[in-house]
Amino acid sequence: MGHILIQDVCKSYKNRRLERRGPHDLYQPNEMMHVLDHISLEFLEGEMVCLLGPSGCGKSTLLRIIAGFDTPASGEVTIDGEKVRGPSPHHIFVFQHSGLLPWMTVWQNVELGVRNVGDVRARGEIIQENIDMVDLTGFEQHYPYQLSGGMQRRAELARALAANPDVLIMDEPFNGLDFLSHMKIREEIVNMHELLRKTTLVVTHDIDDALLMGDRVVVMSGRPAQVTLNRQLDFPHPRDPKKNTVLGDARDELFLMLGVSYAI
Amino acid sequence: MNRPLAHYCHLMISERMPKLMIWCYDNRRTVLPFITLAVMLLIWELTARYSGWSPHVFPSPSKVVYSMGELIANGALLRHSIASLFRVTVGFYLAVIFAIPLGIFLGRMEIFNLMLNPLIQFLRPISPLAWIPLAVLWFGIGDKPAVFLIFLSCFFPSCGGHGDSGSCHLIRFFFQVAANFKFNHWETITKIILPAIMPNVLTALRLTMGIGWLVVVAAEMLAVRSGLGYLILDSRNALRMDYVMVGMMMIGLLGIVLDELMRRLVHLHPSLQRPY
Ligand SMILES: Nc1ncnc2c1ncn2[C@@H]1O[C@H](COP(=O)(O)OP(=O)(O)OP(=O)(O)O)[C@@H](O)[C@H]1O
Ligand SMILES: [Mg+2]
Repeated sequence: MGHILIQDVCKSYKNRRLERRGPHDLYQPNEMMHVLDHISLEFLEGEMVCLLGPSGCGKSTLLRIIAGFDTPASGEVTIDGEKVRGPSPHHIFVFQHSGLLPWMTVWQNVELGVRNVGDVRARGEIIQENIDMVDLTGFEQHYPYQLSGGMQRRAELARALAANPDVLIMDEPFNGLDFLSHMKIREEIVNMHELLRKTTLVVTHDIDDALLMGDRVVVMSGRPAQVTLNRQLDFPHPRDPKKNTVLGDARDELFLMLGVSYAI
Repeated sequence: MNRPLAHYCHLMISERMPKLMIWCYDNRRTVLPFITLAVMLLIWELTARYSGWSPHVFPSPSKVVYSMGELIANGALLRHSIASLFRVTVGFYLAVIFAIPLGIFLGRMEIFNLMLNPLIQFLRPISPLAWIPLAVLWFGIGDKPAVFLIFLSCFFPSCGGHGDSGSCHLIRFFFQVAANFKFNHWETITKIILPAIMPNVLTALRLTMGIGWLVVVAAEMLAVRSGLGYLILDSRNALRMDYVMVGMMMIGLLGIVLDELMRRLVHLHPSLQRPY
């Protein structure tokens, strides 16, 4: 479960209003802005895919299309041979900013993921299991505003996992986290993926994240986005680009590709 | 250095200071308002005594308190207060029952919002007091015209505001969460929209209650024979300014109580807290 096929997907937005982005570029009304330009990709079952690309190139847009929140202008996305027609608990989106509902406790939020489980006892067990998995035991009755940023992120992960989706879609899961939380949650996502083997799509700005986590790294160019690199990384976890020379070379290559010639 | 005032107050407090002052500092939230009250009463009393105005025109606070005792003793104050509270409550609830669903509905349905919003914006600035002649003509005498006026004054403030929040960015984002977990329409309303707007609604209701309480006095100067507004009007006709002032004081006191109750509502449950 979780085989994703993206065929020739294009997406453009209409700039309805006159918008000033920089001092000199004034968007004309009704000018079309092409964001995704014939994207074709295939993600295998259970793969961890890391998407890289310059800011504003359309990574979130692509994820939203895969999740069914947005429709492509042309082309289509199929998951396990079935065309994506809208949001569904089979592919859960973890938002760039916290997507927890602020009026619900951690427990109630995670409960959203198991709404289709009929038996109350089984439901409670799944919820507890997932809360324990992300290390939030004891915080079940806390509201999101009582949690730190990293804890909120983990609670959302627990909610997504509780739904037992075929595909997990994460838009910048490390956004706004401190260095240590970043490392820890990255480790947790890797461990979770090793354990559950769900197809996981992760957008990140950090090349090292991509190299350490991904079974596949996809690099997109600036707008209109095309796939400039689609490469499988077949290395066992835990990885270290400093020790593994092949990984190190891949890292240099990625940095070059994204326009940075000298990276530390 | 930008230290809070309390810091310096603590520095000033030493063991040598009298116990009373320390007690006053610890209870400053109650003590300070009472100091203001005492000073005001003193000024009032002195003005009433030595300004040369007749006590019938400018009664002193001691006279007003004495008259208040009279009105409490014969039950009039309680009766009038209950009558006013009753009208405000009925008008307020009627308005809220209609206005909040309407606000949510308009927030969800752009077409109806575009159609009805101009009408609402047109009616909103018309003071409820301007409706007095029509209210009396339509509803005759008794509670009905008064309740109608309070209904009007409470309706607009409680249907606006969160009407727009139905389409605001944040809610749209919660709708995506709802869609992802396959909420049906009913669940979207009860689990997303209502909780999302609840803090705004409660704030709006607090404001609305204040307005209703303002309007009830005017409404009771119409064709009714009870309520604090009636007490004031009737006492003026009897040239009892001390009773007029009792009525005013009661309105102020009950207003504080109502506002405090509404304020507590906002902090009633942790799910009403928002991190942003
Ligand atoms: N709803 C929308 N209407 C119009 N333009 C949009 C809309 N959503 C996104 N865009 C535009 O599409 C482009 C891609 O946006 P997207 O959010 O996918 O970028 P991104 O790659 O995720 O960037 P970042 O890394 O900064 O999150 C941007 O230039 C943005 O202005
Ligand atoms: Mg993005």
